[in-house]
Amino acid sequence: MKKCEDVSKQLIAYLDRRANSAERHEVEEHLAACSACHQRAEDFRKLWGVLDEVPLVEPSLGFDARIRARIAEEPRRGWLGWLVPQPRLAFAMALLLALSVWTAKLPREGNVAGTEQQDFEAIKDLGVLENYDVLSKFDALSEVPVEAAPADQQAQPVNPANDQQPATEE
Amino acid sequence: MEHTQTLQLYGTAGVRYNVGAMTRSDVQLMLDVKAGDEASFNLLLQKYRTPLVNFLYRMVRNTGTAEDLAQEVFLRVYRARKQYSPSAKFTTWLFRIATNLALNSLRDNRYRQMDVSIDAPVEEDAAPLQLPARELRIDEKMIERDRSEFIRRAIAALPEKQRVAVLLHKYEEMDYGEIAKILECSESALKSLLFRAYETLRVQLAPLVSQSVANRAREGRPS
Repeated sequence: MKKCEDVSKQLIAYLDRRANSAERHEVEEHLAACSACHQRAEDFRKLWGVLDEVPLVEPSLGFDARIRARIAEEPRRGWLGWLVPQPRLAFAMALLLALSVWTAKLPREGNVAGTEQQDFEAIKDLGVLENYDVLSKFDALSEVPVEAAPADQQAQPVNPANDQQPATEE
Repeated sequence: MEHTQTLQLYGTAGVRYNVGAMTRSDVQLMLDVKAGDEASFNLLLQKYRTPLVNFLYRMVRNTGTAEDLAQEVFLRVYRARKQYSPSAKFTTWLFRIATNLALNSLRDNRYRQMDVSIDAPVEEDAAPLQLPARELRIDEKMIERDRSEFIRRAIAALPEKQRVAVLLHKYEEMDYGEIAKILECSESALKSLLFRAYETLRVQLAPLVSQSVANRAREGRPS
């Protein structure tokens, strides 16, 4: 037999006769054995009778006239109305148009060569920077002997530390 | 000539329905409204104005507000006619709009009351539940009115969701599936909700239940 908690879910459907035959049988079986649920079911039936005592309120006499007047105030669109764009659509179209004009004014694709040149310059500079890093921070390079250069063309040492490094190979 | 008849819903709570409107289904009427037939809208208005005003009155407990909200419901239905597609029952759609409007109105009203003053006089509607003291009453009509008022207050004291469930189940006789759609919950959850609501009402209205049984017994009527 079902517990009181389980039956409580089916009780309303049983009382308003919307429960199926299996549910009805389960509830009836429980009600026959459980006096508390049986009493509750009886009380619910009486309660529904009490709830019926509340009289209906009638809408005021002017109810229909008021709603018709409000409907008459609603904007109407005839067949010509379809030719007039709706505000949202008109706004979207204007926005699209403004966007197209703005994009048209941007630099065109014809400058591809110029852009490629700029890219190349950037890559080239990047390599120099990388080389500079390697040259200035890589200790092993300090051991490489500096070749004698003509006095008038003597280059500045890349790493100032090299100046203090005595030549090891004779 | 307009033909009307009264359908009896659970005893005395009858609702007047227009026979002309019943020959076509609500969905068909609404599709006709969509096609531009104003007469079909009038039929829907005649058919549902009383149930709707009563539902809203039981929700907000003010006749003026209930009528204003019912007007708003019909206006929204009219405005949405072009987008209408019969995916659900017409009443589900109608009472869903009504439920949302009623709950919003109750919440707005609650905030407004909080804004006014904490010392503001308590509204008549919000007075605590009191049993009609029969020995103090002379006129039977007054007693009847007090009983009705007592019942209305007990319903109004239910939590919002439980109240909507009881009103749609008891007074609109909607099936569980329809009420569940309006409340956006499962049928199983709805059955639990209804049980809790009726259990609360059983306790709140226990004196009236026993009184009515005693009266019936005195009058020799079956309960």
